[in-house]
Amino acid sequence: MPEVLKAPLVVEFPFTRSLGPVQSAFLTGLRERVVLGVRAGDGRVLVPPVEYDPVTAEEIRDLVEVAPTGTVTTWAWNHAPRRGQPLDTPFAWVLVKLDGADTALLHALDAPGPDAVRTGMRVRVRWAGERVGAITDIACFEPYDGDGAPEPTGHDGVFDDLVTGIVAPARLDYTYSPGRAQSGYIAALAERRTVGERCPSCRKVYVPPRGACPTCGVATAEQVEVGPRGTVTTFCIVNIKARNLDIEVPYVYAHIALDGADLALHGRIAGIPYDRVRMGLRVEAVWTDGARYPDHYRPTGEPDADYDTYKELL
Amino acid sequence: MTREAPEAGAEGPRDIAVVAFAQTDHRRTSAELSEVEMLMPVLHEVLEATGLKTADIGFTCSGSSDYLAGRAFSFTMALDGVGAWPPISESHVEMDGAWALYEAWTKLLTGDADTALVYSYGKSSPGSVRDVLTRQLDPYYVAPLWPDSVALAALQAQALIDAGETDEPALAGVAARSRASATANSHAQLSGSVPHGDYLVRPLRRGDCPPIGDGAAAVVLAAGERARELCPRPAWIRGIDHRIEAHGLGVRDLTDSPSTRLAAEKAGAFERPVDTAELHAPFTSQEVILRKALRLDDGVAVNPSGGALAANPVMAAGLIRIGEAAARIHRGESDRALAHATSGPCLQQNLVAVLEGES
Repeated sequence: MPEVLKAPLVVEFPFTRSLGPVQSAFLTGLRERVVLGVRAGDGRVLVPPVEYDPVTAEEIRDLVEVAPTGTVTTWAWNHAPRRGQPLDTPFAWVLVKLDGADTALLHALDAPGPDAVRTGMRVRVRWAGERVGAITDIACFEPYDGDGAPEPTGHDGVFDDLVTGIVAPARLDYTYSPGRAQSGYIAALAERRTVGERCPSCRKVYVPPRGACPTCGVATAEQVEVGPRGTVTTFCIVNIKARNLDIEVPYVYAHIALDGADLALHGRIAGIPYDRVRMGLRVEAVWTDGARYPDHYRPTGEPDADYDTYKELL
Repeated sequence: MTREAPEAGAEGPRDIAVVAFAQTDHRRTSAELSEVEMLMPVLHEVLEATGLKTADIGFTCSGSSDYLAGRAFSFTMALDGVGAWPPISESHVEMDGAWALYEAWTKLLTGDADTALVYSYGKSSPGSVRDVLTRQLDPYYVAPLWPDSVALAALQAQALIDAGETDEPALAGVAARSRASATANSHAQLSGSVPHGDYLVRPLRRGDCPPIGDGAAAVVLAAGERARELCPRPAWIRGIDHRIEAHGLGVRDLTDSPSTRLAAEKAGAFERPVDTAELHAPFTSQEVILRKALRLDDGVAVNPSGGALAANPVMAAGLIRIGEAAARIHRGESDRALAHATSGPCLQQNLVAVLEGES
């Protein structure tokens, strides 16, 4: 068993999401330090408000202001906050039923320790200093002893300058491992060799190998060195420069069947004018110093391959 | 839904059974294997158990999530392990494999296929599954707070404790019983005497939470006489249904699971007692809720496999509940079993299947 290869992998997107009318009013309200709920068909006031009735699925639009104070309905003590969570010191997750609401809102409660938290305790919103129209405009909740909270003013939920969307960044960190077959492929590349794997059933050699024959559904295991020369089976001419890619356009990107392989891999063709690349062109890998894979493929100078020798690999 | 009696002169719905089940050993990491390399042995195992080849399978359906391992389109790579050439009739759900089984069951009901291969897999080891699962939450009001899966389960557990329906020692008892049962399950990741540990998110301790790991499972379904040809004692699906709660956590009564109860009712679970129940309760407190919703008394063998507290390969653990229940029927250890699968935070979505063997 070769060494298990590992590499960090970060998947990160800023999700841009548009808001419906109720969500828009709620998040705009938070920006203005107003908490809005929506009245459902059964008379309940839902906070946070939703666009559709959870019982009847009908559209609901009747906005109701509720108080920034409320009661904890359940809690959980988080002694080790994780990235992205509302507080970076130990806190309680809480569901809070705000005064005037019939349902509870999930958020964090800033409290000195679990002994200071209980179901039924009174809390109030701590507003974020900078508010943009997002659930994080509530920085967290804090314990509340009954004094100093403003009463709701009966806001009608109509605002100038409505928030109509949110940008929600999301980041997940992984440790990527390529698995058995691809690890073998990568290990061989480190020695500037290209290896595939042969299907024990149909005998086809897959490059790069993925560990299974997609036709037969069986594991491939027998490693087969292929190349270093191969044949262009098909190609395209790239005319748009890719960001962060220092290659002059136009250039040719091709499917290349390395000698001994039953599946074409792809690579860039250079060392020949782009408009002279053709199907059947014989090529070989070109390595640059320190590279982990071939930089490109160049013509070998051999006569072109006969179409019949690669037509099954198109 | 349950099978209904056919109208006079009309052909009734088909009888459909689980005829084979296989699963990997579930492990904390499978870094040396890709998804398809992990999955392929269980595909071969269920096919060999029935003598079927890929070409004999009428419909193939899988369940997985690319977010777990951070590999885009991993389910298409997994198809390499099926051998999908010539082209097969195939589908995928971004859900636990139990829902893939539901889709396959409906496909067989239509008569378009007589056999189905259902599989699912999950590799939680490359990422941080507690954080990954936050990405399935309401993206406007909840996901921006990054409440992890243990935190949400802990809120539910505290609500249950506040309601007087359980306490921490009782939850520890669920954990201990599950891992003791798992000693008979060679595939389990966590079995025997396991320290209950410190709080992860209070009131849940490490022992109240499922192990994090990688694994895969596969099931073969067959209809009517085909099932009898393929399996000496098929596990007939007498009913199967799935239901969902309102998506706002604060709208729900977290101490109950009306969606489970309704799914069970629609699946016919309450028509006669079951002798076995495989419940997909990743957290100890969720077993308490499910037992109540499903009206299971002490006479029912609950999670003889050890359940999700013994092995919880995300996206496969629900399908494994159906597979474990079916396998007990295959072996003659159960005559009528309930299998449950869940998805989402705090038992958000629930599927219930009722399986029976013929005497």
